[in-house]
Amino acid sequence: MNTMTLSAGEAIPAETKATKPAAEPPSVKNQAVKRPEEIASTVGSPFCDEAKLRMRNVNVFYGEAQAIHDVSLDIGRNQVVAMIGPSGCGKSTFLRCLNRMNDTIEGCRVEGELSLDGEAIYGPKVDVVPLRARVGMVFQKPNPFPKTIYDNVAYGPKIHGIASRRAELDEIVENSLRRAGLWNEVKDRLDKPGTGLSGGQQQRLCIARAIAVSPEVILMDEPCSALDPIATARIEELIDELRQNYTIAIVTHSMQQAARVSQRTAYFHLGKLVEVNDTETVFTNPEHELTEAYITGRFG
Amino acid sequence: MQTPTLFALLLLLILVAYGTGFSRAVGAARSRGGIRSLASLPNYYGVHTALWCGLPALVILAAWLIFDDAIIRMLVMGGLADKPDSISGQNLLYAQIQNMAAGKLIGEGTPQVAAAAEHLASLRQSGQWLQTALILILSLGLGAFALLQVSPEMRAREKVEKVLRAILMACACAAIFTTVGILMSVLFESLRFFQSVPVTEFLFGLHWSPQMALREDQVGSSGAFGAVPLFTGTLMVSAIAMFVAVPVGLMSAIYLAEYAGNRVRAFAKPLIEILAGVPTVVYGFFAALTVAPFVREVAQSVGLEASSESALAAGLVMGVMIIPFVSSLSDDVINAVPQSLRDGALGLGSTKSETVRKVVIPAALPGIVGGVLLAVSRAIGETMIVVMAAGLAANLTANPLESVTTVTVQIVTLLVGDQEFDSPKTLAAFALGLMLFISTLILNFIALHVVRKYREQYD
Repeated sequence: MNTMTLSAGEAIPAETKATKPAAEPPSVKNQAVKRPEEIASTVGSPFCDEAKLRMRNVNVFYGEAQAIHDVSLDIGRNQVVAMIGPSGCGKSTFLRCLNRMNDTIEGCRVEGELSLDGEAIYGPKVDVVPLRARVGMVFQKPNPFPKTIYDNVAYGPKIHGIASRRAELDEIVENSLRRAGLWNEVKDRLDKPGTGLSGGQQQRLCIARAIAVSPEVILMDEPCSALDPIATARIEELIDELRQNYTIAIVTHSMQQAARVSQRTAYFHLGKLVEVNDTETVFTNPEHELTEAYITGRFG
Repeated sequence: MQTPTLFALLLLLILVAYGTGFSRAVGAARSRGGIRSLASLPNYYGVHTALWCGLPALVILAAWLIFDDAIIRMLVMGGLADKPDSISGQNLLYAQIQNMAAGKLIGEGTPQVAAAAEHLASLRQSGQWLQTALILILSLGLGAFALLQVSPEMRAREKVEKVLRAILMACACAAIFTTVGILMSVLFESLRFFQSVPVTEFLFGLHWSPQMALREDQVGSSGAFGAVPLFTGTLMVSAIAMFVAVPVGLMSAIYLAEYAGNRVRAFAKPLIEILAGVPTVVYGFFAALTVAPFVREVAQSVGLEASSESALAAGLVMGVMIIPFVSSLSDDVINAVPQSLRDGALGLGSTKSETVRKVVIPAALPGIVGGVLLAVSRAIGETMIVVMAAGLAANLTANPLESVTTVTVQIVTLLVGDQEFDSPKTLAAFALGLMLFISTLILNFIALHVVRKYREQYD
């Protein structure tokens, strides 16, 4: 897949087209939307050989309501998997299962087998604290702590006791900021509050904060939805670089973004996984009619 | 016409003015093609007319009621040929005249009093007439004036909103003037106190014994007005209270905000807030009858001398009283910390307690400090518990098992019973009040400042 080298000027019309399905006549929209029971099993290739994360028959409930229906998917090592689909299709819920962030939501219940390197994520003896250190997360809205830039990045290494000496900590902070492409912009003001940075810088700070604890997997929940096209381009570039060392699952509303950064794309619809394939296949030759309808902008 | 009747009539007029203004505006709009042609909605024309009709009349009526008696008295007393020189004598005479006019005076008064009483009655009679006439003319005249102004071009909404703004501002000013008024009255009495007792003696004196003798040769004829023991007592009781209230209140807030489920929270929070609704007198009973003896027994069992009224007992109970202040305010502030910060911390693999300690509490800290400072102001101002449980003796001591007294308690004891308002003993209360006012003002100022700073944090 081509790495992204898109300038802001090109990105804007593309974004606009993708996010304006409302311009379509509603009759076409209604035709394309199917009820969950009409969607048969997942098409494409949900499994891969070298799986970092393995999910089998996952069901998620919020109280009585079922948010995820019987989803099976592998996420390969050093791979970027994009999850796309209309709002409310369960892709964020699914992502939050992977590091058990759903535990913080009252009444949320997860069924099925999820494993990280063959170890069950929802096993009875699993401690979520080291799990979340291995599976980091970047959120939709940049959420730096109201601390200094340095303390934001040093927070994770400190609580996990990764660095014992100040010099070690300094090194981790610098490395993380460098890898997040933020070092040159903030190296002179590490003692200033992280909340004072611009939106795009804040999000890169959050990525630096996540990689400072050296996770194996990074989950990204619409990391660019609050950012402008230039900041988005920086983050997308960064994702492509991070792929060398990390396994990444990214939820996005922008199909252009999915096409630019991911190797595999999963299309969710009403809590079901409709299609998984190589990104190129999904966007050039989708197997399922729903996928085709969504990526061509007939509904969303 | 009696004033209540007049008032009712005025309200009726206001209603009528509203209705007339409204319908006149609608009528004016009809020939122009509907309500859209009006500069404002019809009800603004109604309110505009009603305001003209009612507001000046109400203001005049209020002024009349305030100054009525003073003016009549001036007229009656001015007409008297032979009157006493002293103010109290004049007061007595005027009271006689009033009673005579009301027909309550038993027996015959002097001819002068009888004539004055007649004068008073006639003045009241004509005053009543004048009042009714003035108010009605004002109300009807200005109402008609406003009604004539109603036209599609008139911007009634802007005028009404200007008046509303002025009314809101007047209410805000009322609060400010009250504060200034209280401060002034306390300040002037304090200045009188400082004329007889030097400021330095009051601020730095170590002995408090505000007994002024009536005769020169009495025992203990000289009072001592050193306020230091009172302020140390206040400080000690408040400090003990904060030692109880801050940890318990803060931790219960953390439990409620971060750990408790919705169901626990739904009944625990109101229960804790009930503590704030218990009258302080009841806390006083509890402190004096239960806690103070308990403190004494515990102290004696470990071989310590303890008075049956102690700073510790008062402070402990006061602390319990303040818990809801700290916990309720902290709970709100902790809840205001965005969930995204908690998610961020949890997503990095923090435990729940690490998230609370290292992210949530630091983020909420300014707000928590604001809440604690408000609680401190409350503790400093508290009187009842200390009266009942800590005693009245102004000891300069650092031992919490001894009885102490506080500023507020001394103010109460100084002003209870018959007092002459020109002795330093009584005036000392105002000086103490001024000191207390200044210190709580400073605390509130700091609290407000901290809270304002907190507001700037997430936006």
